[in-house]
Formats: sequence, structure tokens, C-alpha cells
Amino acid sequence: MIQLLLRRLFLGLITIGLVSGIIFVSVEALPGDSCTAFLEREAEGKRLENCRNDLGLNRPAAVRYFDWAGRALQGDFGVSANGTKSIADMVGTRLRNSLVLALASLIIGIPLAIFLGIVTALWRDRQLDLWISTIAIFAMTIPEFVSATVLILIFSVWLGWLPGIVIAPAHAPISQLLPEVILPIIAISMVMTAHMLRMVRTSVIEVMASDYVQMARLKGVPYWQMVFRHVLPNALLPAINVIALTVAWLLGGVVVIEVVFNYPGLGRLMIDAISDRDLPVVQAIALILALIYVGVNLSADLLTMIANPRLRTLHTRKS
Amino acid sequence: MTAPVTTAPVSPAPLIEIEDLSIGFTSRSGATLPILRNIDLTINEGETVGLVGESGSGKSTLALAMMGYLKGGLRVLNGATSFRDRNTFELSTQELEQIRGGELALIPQNAGQSLTPTLRIGAQIGEALKLHSRIEEADCPARVIELLSQVRLPDPEQLVERYPHELSGGQQQRVAIAMALAGEPDALLLDEPTTGLDVTTQAHVLELLRDLAANTGTAMVYVSHDLGAIARVSDRIVVMYAGEIVLEGNSRQVLRTPVHPYARGLLASIPKLADARLPVAMDGRPPSPGGTGAGCAFADRCALAEARCRAEQPLLQKAQGGQTVRCHLQEEVAHLAMPASATAERTSIPDRTPSVLDLDDVAISYARPGLLDQILGRQSNATPTVDNISIAIRKGETIGLIGESGSGKSTILKAIAGLLPTKNGKITFGSNEALHSNVDKRSNDQLRRIQLIFQNPDDSLNPRHTIAEILAQPLRLYFGLTGDDLRARSEELLERVRLGAHYLERLPSQLSGGEKQRVAVARAFAADPELVLCDEVTSALDVSVQAAVLELLKQLQEDQGTTYLFVSHDLAVVRALADRVAVLYQGRLCEIGPAERVYALPSHPYTEVLLGAVLEPDPDTAPVLTAEDVVELSPVANGCSFQRRCPRRLGAICDSTTPPLQSDDKGHAIRCHIPREELLALQSQDHAQGDATSPRLTQPGL
Amino acid sequence: MTSLSDTAVAGQKPLLVRAAVVIGDIVSRPSGLIGFGLVVLHIFLAIASPFFVPYDYKEVSAQLMLQAPSAEHWFGTDHLGRDIFTRTLLGGREALMVTAIATPIAVTWGGFLGVLFGLLGGRFDDVLMRVVDAFLSLPWILVMLLAVVIFGSSSQVLIPTLGFFYGIPVIRIARAATHDVVARDFVVAARARGQRKMTIIGRELLPNVLDVLMVEGAMRWSWMLLAFSSLSFLGFGVSPPTPDWGLMISDSRGFMSFAPWAALAPVVGLSSLIIGINLTADALAKAMGIDRAQKAPL
Repeated sequence: MIQLLLRRLFLGLITIGLVSGIIFVSVEALPGDSCTAFLEREAEGKRLENCRNDLGLNRPAAVRYFDWAGRALQGDFGVSANGTKSIADMVGTRLRNSLVLALASLIIGIPLAIFLGIVTALWRDRQLDLWISTIAIFAMTIPEFVSATVLILIFSVWLGWLPGIVIAPAHAPISQLLPEVILPIIAISMVMTAHMLRMVRTSVIEVMASDYVQMARLKGVPYWQMVFRHVLPNALLPAINVIALTVAWLLGGVVVIEVVFNYPGLGRLMIDAISDRDLPVVQAIALILALIYVGVNLSADLLTMIANPRLRTLHTRKS
Repeated sequence: MTAPVTTAPVSPAPLIEIEDLSIGFTSRSGATLPILRNIDLTINEGETVGLVGESGSGKSTLALAMMGYLKGGLRVLNGATSFRDRNTFELSTQELEQIRGGELALIPQNAGQSLTPTLRIGAQIGEALKLHSRIEEADCPARVIELLSQVRLPDPEQLVERYPHELSGGQQQRVAIAMALAGEPDALLLDEPTTGLDVTTQAHVLELLRDLAANTGTAMVYVSHDLGAIARVSDRIVVMYAGEIVLEGNSRQVLRTPVHPYARGLLASIPKLADARLPVAMDGRPPSPGGTGAGCAFADRCALAEARCRAEQPLLQKAQGGQTVRCHLQEEVAHLAMPASATAERTSIPDRTPSVLDLDDVAISYARPGLLDQILGRQSNATPTVDNISIAIRKGETIGLIGESGSGKSTILKAIAGLLPTKNGKITFGSNEALHSNVDKRSNDQLRRIQLIFQNPDDSLNPRHTIAEILAQPLRLYFGLTGDDLRARSEELLERVRLGAHYLERLPSQLSGGEKQRVAVARAFAADPELVLCDEVTSALDVSVQAAVLELLKQLQEDQGTTYLFVSHDLAVVRALADRVAVLYQGRLCEIGPAERVYALPSHPYTEVLLGAVLEPDPDTAPVLTAEDVVELSPVANGCSFQRRCPRRLGAICDSTTPPLQSDDKGHAIRCHIPREELLALQSQDHAQGDATSPRLTQPGL
Repeated sequence: MTSLSDTAVAGQKPLLVRAAVVIGDIVSRPSGLIGFGLVVLHIFLAIASPFFVPYDYKEVSAQLMLQAPSAEHWFGTDHLGRDIFTRTLLGGREALMVTAIATPIAVTWGGFLGVLFGLLGGRFDDVLMRVVDAFLSLPWILVMLLAVVIFGSSSQVLIPTLGFFYGIPVIRIARAATHDVVARDFVVAARARGQRKMTIIGRELLPNVLDVLMVEGAMRWSWMLLAFSSLSFLGFGVSPPTPDWGLMISDSRGFMSFAPWAALAPVVGLSSLIIGINLTADALAKAMGIDRAQKAPL
């Protein structure tokens, strides 16, 4: 099991290495560089040359990559292109804000998805299941900006219950942010819940059809005892990994939601940075997002390994 | 030594009563199709009843119906089943939960998949105890351990902490039995409990069940397709066909003088250890649900069928000697002789015949070197899966390769086919062509001359291709046939395997199992091969179909002089087809020689164990169990491969030195440290003392 | 609820008959019928609407700014006085065109590579999977934004970009599906016969992973639409005055409190198309006996 874990960790590191390479190369491919962006129209001749020398942009790409990656490892992402602001500071608060949004959505979404997934699976093809499943299809397929727009229209414009836009500044304390982010949280957790619900439902249905559940029934195990002892542990195990993949995939949706609600998170910073050609910031954000993806998946693997006796007892099977 | 299994009580009280039960489902087109039709059956207390039938006969559905359980989509069309006078299908959920696992317990077909993977063995058996016995919570662990010892599992204290996947198939099956015993049931329902287990494990589990029935007085309903297993455990046998009971009677009558033509055909189609001839095949296939006409369901396959049989459905009636039979012609049937094989005994292939394929000291290893080892260029030094195999296959012969799971028999086939690299040794084709161990490096002609047939035609025929397309592939590849030539040759091939040209446009899913395997045979013969590698080719088929496929293989061999390498775990099947036999244990050759010699004494101790464990559909034979049925994980590095289980173990020499191959003048060789004469003396003595009636092991010199 | 694979439906001409049977199966389910109907309707509108839209989509009028729905302007007008009905009808054309071309590209190259590496296995396969993983760990929105910023947002750029990036996850799906098939005996038989790799891929593997790829393609299509319209919404996609749902929704947000209709029409247009595709994909998966909910949305 330790071996398996080390292997996963190793693969994760390789992935991170490759991602950082891809990010670096693709940002390199962007027309212009930090100096042209910073100097704008005055970007010519001597000034441009000096600027590039100052920022070390004249060194070969490979050298710059390792320099960048090495610093990033230490949490130093350099300074933004348009000034002397430290990217680490800039990204820090934004990352906090995005995490608040994402975690709040997960805290609502995961239990809800598991609960609804089990309910729809156990009452499969009944009225309740049909309704929930249909709503889930809507929730999961409609683009985030569309559902967010509709939410604003209903809760903010027509009903006037909730603010349709976030006014709090980026560095506002969480207590001040939270009341303003209810709609964004609803928008994100809707999509997330719908995705995960469908996976939990499928997983539970599959396990319900297994030989061992039939055996439990024929052993005279009461229904709910069967559900909790025989079905759920087996159904939720494979769901862990799938949920992790979903969560990581939905990071893209969070970016859009942040723009829609004008929320000062990492996503909006990224959009702004891309518009402004602020390459060091884009690189930093991309790397952080990739790290989160790999981290979430690794933790899911770890969790599965701890929870799954088949993996946990791997060593005992070895001859 | 073969008294009836249990003595039924003087006045048997009915335990399970089934009256006129029909179960069916609604097809997509809206028609109601019956799976079970008008079943009447009573199981008395303490009785052991065998329920036998081929796939699709409805036997498992019937067993589950006794517990009031129907698989998805099925419903009761008619009739009722009751347990202790309570109608099972009208019981409340609570009452059912009380009965299931309590008074009526199930032992499922595949214990590996029927145990919950996330629960420890102790917890699963404990759960059954808490639900169905009055044992105090505190006494549960002790009782669990007691149950595990009762099913003869070693180290029960440790076992309770294990998860199902850590156990071998035989151990899982025993755990399932212990779980069923937890509620001290009045009746056990056994749904193919030994199918999929190795021969020796199966024999051990069956003996355990027999003893349990005798000691506890529990009634048993034993469902199986295997008449050999049924014969071993049942007082009474019920034969099912196409959802109906066609014959019922006590074991001896049903196995010796059955009065239903189907039961006779079924018995005749089972290969026997003592018989070197092919079993008699039964033509046709059972009707699909709803596909029975107005008459007898078996009429289409019955040699005796008359107009009446097709027009009028026979009812169950009493027959000679107390059997109950569903046949219009039962009196005629009773006077007929049992069908006997028409094929002649095999004539042996002369020793001088040149060989088609020579395996010389072949070793194969599955262990792939790790990444680090590869970088450092290190050779893995794990013990190879298959080692030291030398077999010369002669032209025109059938050589049987016998062994249990893990014996490496399929691995050897794959290596010959070039699908697995050999680690050591040489494979020579024909007189002196060295065969490259990678299929990609072989010449087109070499590829053509060696063909493979697989176990399961569902898996070996591409479900997206028509039969025409399947046959066209080798014909195009090896002979470049196209257009009319291709079609003509394909039709010819189908005729040869006794399928018509109209099969060409069909898809595999539209064929029955036997027909699919014929197509697979036709595909192999499309290449006009010299050597055909047969990998358990009949194991996935029903017995009656198996006989027909064996017959086809033999016919083709006679016509074309093809050589077969026939891999099987079934000793009786190999006996019926093979000229020579090689016995493998854990990838090492134990014994090789002419079939009649290998099946006679002296034998390698492993062959002896294997032969002893074979179950035959004969009420008078009993298996001889001499070795433990533990499953070993990996082959030993030194000494005899069978050292850990050998009942005739000598001592330290078995662990340290690879035994010599002792040959006689007939080409029969045994790899054992015990001299041949001594083995012969030991084994003859045991058989004389032990099972005098057992006709299976014949004296040498036949 | 039996799948087609185990009912003997396809007979004489497997491919054509199968296609007909699969479509028949899709429309026999209520959700499949609705989904398939929506997709067909949208494709029809995309092709035919230029011939019957009532107004010019770029006709700006100061007097007609943000008018409520009326007999002349069924869905009202937008902030530049353009007819929303006209623009909604036309608003899916670009998106549909780009994604309908990019989807087959993605499925074809991703599917081929996935099947090839699924068959070959070994070192190359390991390396490829790490690269695939690396690409997947970047959020799609970032990848698309970078692509648009680097190469621009014309359809000549978007089609290959979407086709490339959305083919990467297809590699993974195709490879997994291939692994299931490669282990089966008919592939082993083909290898033992000495068939060439390309023959094995074309004749044995592809027909058996095609179902998975079709369903995958349908889902890829809906995600591409999502990406396309998200880009437009963020201002990185289609440039004005071309009518596009994402852009229209974005434009309408400033006036949502007093002209909600401007948002509503494109919301319905976009949602109905995406839901249609997803319902069809679901029904397709059921018809082919593959349950889509088992697979991660990657």
C-alpha cells in the first residue's frame, strides 16, 4: 500500500512538472512579453532592451523556466508585470476568497448530492427520482453564467432578496464576504450537486444489483441495515474518486461565476491578468489551479486507499 | 461404503411445498414468457434433493422462488410455494426476513461475489447470528469461530479478521456455508455451490456438505448442472427441462434407469473417466422461454417423438419403480437400452510419428521486471510461472494438457501461439523450424499452421461482425480469397461444422452457445492448420452441447489429420478425446504418457489426487480425497512442485531436489522420487483396501 | 431496458440497420424524443433562419432601445434597439457551426490515439497518459482563454483549438474502452492469427469502442458549446455585432433590472440546445447499453 501511495505521489509530481512546462511554454507563446505590456507604446529600442535586461527576459527560455519553477516552489511567484506588487500577496487574498466560495459550495454540495443520490437510487424510476433526475440534468448542463444570470434575475431583480453582485473588496474579512456570496454559492453548488448526484445514484444502483446485496437480502438482513452496512460503503467508495475529478473540473466554472458576480477571487484575477497580458500572474494562477487539481485527486486516492479494504490489505495478499 | 446419503424419516413431514407454480416475465413486445411452468414439488424434512438441468432450465429461479425471492422483472404467473404451510409469496417483509437465513438458508453460486467486500468475515457471519439465533451478543465471536471450524476452515481465529478478497475460492465457499449454518436452518438451498471451483476443492466441499446433512438432519435442495455433483449429495433427483419438471425419482433410479428420454440423453452425453470413447451428443437446443409449442417441450430433440408428442403436452405421471415422468412414451423408454457411444476406442499414434511441435525445456514468467530493474538491466529472479516443460507433439495426435487453475496450461498455449514471451527453452515447429516467441516475428505460413480455439465463444467472436466477416478474416489473410471464392469457401466451412450457409449473415448474438463454438472451430479450420490449440473449448458449454463439439473436433481430425493440443481441467473430457495426456501442477510437468497409462496405475501422486476427486454421475462411486485442497500462491523454487500437498511425500528430498522423470517402455513418464514399482504397489494396495467398488482406476496392462 | 447489444436486432446490414434502430430507441424514450427534437430544431433554425428572420440583426435604432416585447418585436429589443427575436434565432449559428465541426475532429483524433495506445500499451502509453493528465489538470477556461489570446477568436482558430483540446479527454475515454476490449479473446485471436495492428484497430477494436466514442462525442459537443458561449460571455469570443447567445446574455446584464427580456430569450435558446444535446446523449448511452453517469465528466 505504501508502494502504491508513493507511486501515485510520484505520478502526481510528474504531472505537476509537465503542467508547469506546458504553462510556461504557452505563456511564452503569447504575443509580446511583460516589457511590451508594461511599456506599452514606448516599448522600443533601448528602453525595451533595458527593461528586458532588468527582468532577465533575455536569458534562454530553459534557464528562465527553471528559475521560475524554482522560485515558485518556494512560494515566490515574482512580481506582476505592471508594477512592483508581489504576485504572492496579490494571489494570496484572491485564493482565500476563491477557496471560501469553493469550500462553501462543497460543504453544501457533497452531503446534498450523496443524500439525493441515495434517495433517487433507492426509489429508482419512481416519481421522486424522475423529478430530481430531470432537475439534475438541467442544473448540470446549463452553463454556469446562464444559471447565474437566471438566479440574479429571480432572487435579486424580481424578488430583491439577495444582492446580485459582490461589492466587498478583495481583502474584506470572510464575515463580510459571506452574506454577499450566497447567490454565487448556490450557482456553483447547483452544478456540482447535480454532477455528483448522478454518479452516486449510478454507483448505488450498481451495488444494489450486485450478488452480495442479493445475498444479504436472502440472508434476511432488514432493508435499512442492508442499505447502510452492505450497500453504502461499497457504493460510496468508487464515488470518492469521481467526485474529486468533478470538483477539479468545476474549477473552470468557478472562474466564470466569479466574473458574473464580480467576486474578487482567483478566477477574476486570472481573467483580468489575461486581458492585461500580465504573464507572471497568469502563470502563477495556472500553476496554483493545477496544483489544486492534482492535490484533490491525490487526497481522493489516499482516502480510497484508507477506506477500501482491498487496497488497504494489499500487502497481506503478497506471497 | 456407499450407503444412501441420509436416511429419510419414516413419515416425512413436508417442509417446502410448491404447487402448480409458474413464473415468467413480460418481454419487450409485451408477451408473457414463462421461465417456470406448472412446477409441483415437495421437499420433506431432512431430505436432500438434487435439482438438475442445463442453462435456461429454470432451476435457479425455482430455488430462489422457494425463498420467496424473484429476480428483477420476474413475477408469479400461477400457483404458490409454501414453507411450513405458509405461502411464501404472501408473507410480510418481516416474516420473510425471519425465514430467509433463519429457517431457510441459501448457499450461493459464486461465494466470492456474494460476500460483501467491505465487511470482515467475522462481521458477516456475526450479522447472520444476530439476526437468526438467540445467542447472546457476547457469545457471538466464539460461535462464529465454532462455525468456521465446523466447515473445516483452518485458523478460524485469524480468519474472522480477514476480508473476502483475501480468501481463496474454496475458502470463500466455506465461509458462505458457515454463514448459512449460522441460523441453524431447517433447509439449505444450494445454488451451484461448487461450480467454478477446482476439482479437488469441489470434492472437498461436497463431502463437507454431505457430512453436514448427515449430522444436522438439515434438508438440502442442491441445484446444479453437474449430475456428478448431484449424484454425490442427493437422495432424490429432479430433472428440469425448459422450465418444467420432466423426471423425478430417487437418485439410483434416475442415474441408472431414467425413464425420460432427455435424462437418458443427458447421462449419455457426460464423458466418463473409465470410457475412452466420445460421449453421445444430443442434437438441437432447448426451446427459449415461450418457444414451446402445444406438445412436449423436448419433442424437437427426441428421437422417439411421435405425432402425439408434438400435439399434446404430456402430464407428470407415475412410472416404473416410483419415478415420476413427463413423457407420453415412458413405457417404451423404460425398455430401451441406454444410448451408447458409437465411436471406436482410439487407436494410438505410433511413437515414431514425426512431431509437429517440440517444446524443449520451456519456461515462461509472468513477472515483469519493475521500472528500476529495467533501468539497471537487472534480470528478475522470481520463480517462473511455468518451468521445465518438454513435450513433443506428434503429427495427427491429440495431446491433453490437464491441470487445475494456476497450473499454467493456458499459459503454455499462449506461449506456443506467440502471445507470451518464453523465458527459457525452445519451441520447434515441424522438423526443424524454430518458432519465434513473438507472434509478430513469425512467417505468415507459420501463423497459418497454428490456430487457436478459445473457451468462450461469446468472447472469442467479435460481437459486431457477421459470421461471414468472422470467417473471411483468416481466409483473406492467409489465402487472399475475395468475392465468390471467399463466399464459396466460407459456405464450405460452415457445412463442415454442420451449420448451413444461411448462418453467414447472422451475428454471433443470434446463435446458441454450441453454434457459436462451431463457428469458432470453423474459423480455426479456415486456415487449414496443422496444429490446433484448444483452450478449454467445451468448458463454457452445456454437457449435451459439449458432446457434439467433441464429436465435431474428432471428425475434423479424422478428415484432415490435424493435431490437437487440448487443454482442459476436466479429466473425463480429456479421457474421451486425447491420445496422450500431460498433467501439470503449478506450471511443472508431473506426468506424461499415453492416455490409458496416465489414467491407470501407477500415477504421479498429484494425478492420483486429481483422479480421486472426479465426481461421476454414478450412485456407486465415491471420490477419494487424499490431499488437502489448499490453494498455493506461487510455485516452489526448489524440489518437487507438489511437495506441499503430496500425500505420499518422502521427506526432505522432495523439498530440495527436482524429482527424476521415470519412464517406461511405452513412453509413460512420472516425475517423482518414489520408484515406479513402489508407487504401483502403494496405490494398488490403497485402492484394494479403500473403495472396492470404484471402477475408475483400472489396473495397468490394459 | 435491455440494451441493443444483447438483443438480436441488427440483421442483414449491421451498420445502417443499427443506426436506424438506435435512433428509434432514442425517440422511444420521452426524454430522448424531447432531446433529439430540440437538437433537430436547432440545427434546422441555424440553417434556415437567415431566410425568414423579420429584421436585420445589426440594424441599430436609438428610438427602439430596450423596448418590451410587442407585436412588432416579439421578444423586445436590446440596448442598441436591435430586434431580439432576430438575434436569438441567429445567435446559435456561429456556436453550432464551430462546435459541430470541432466535435468530430476531437473525437476522431482523440479516439484514434486512445485506441492505438490502448492497444500498444507499454512505455509510450505511460508517457502519453502523463501528458494527458497534465493537460486535464488545467481548467478548461484557462486553456481556452490562453488559446484565444494567443491565436485570436475567429472560427478558423476556434475550430482547431476546440478540436485539439477537447480531443485530449477523449484519449482517456477511448483508451479505457480499448483496454476492456483488448483483453477479450477475439482480439487475442486476431493477434494470434498475425493480423496487422491497423487491421486489429480498424476491424476488431473500433467497431467495439464506437458506441463509447459516439456518446462521448455527444457530450464533448455540449461542453464545447458551453466553452464557446462562456468565452463569448466573458468577451473573448465572437466579436460584435455578430449575434451570439453568450454575448447577448453578457450585454443584457447591465439592464437586467428594467429589461429582463433581453436576457431571457438567449438564455432559453442556449439552454434548450445544450439540454437537448445532453438528453440525446443520455438516451444514446441507454440505447447502446453504456451508462454515461458512470464516467467522470472529463
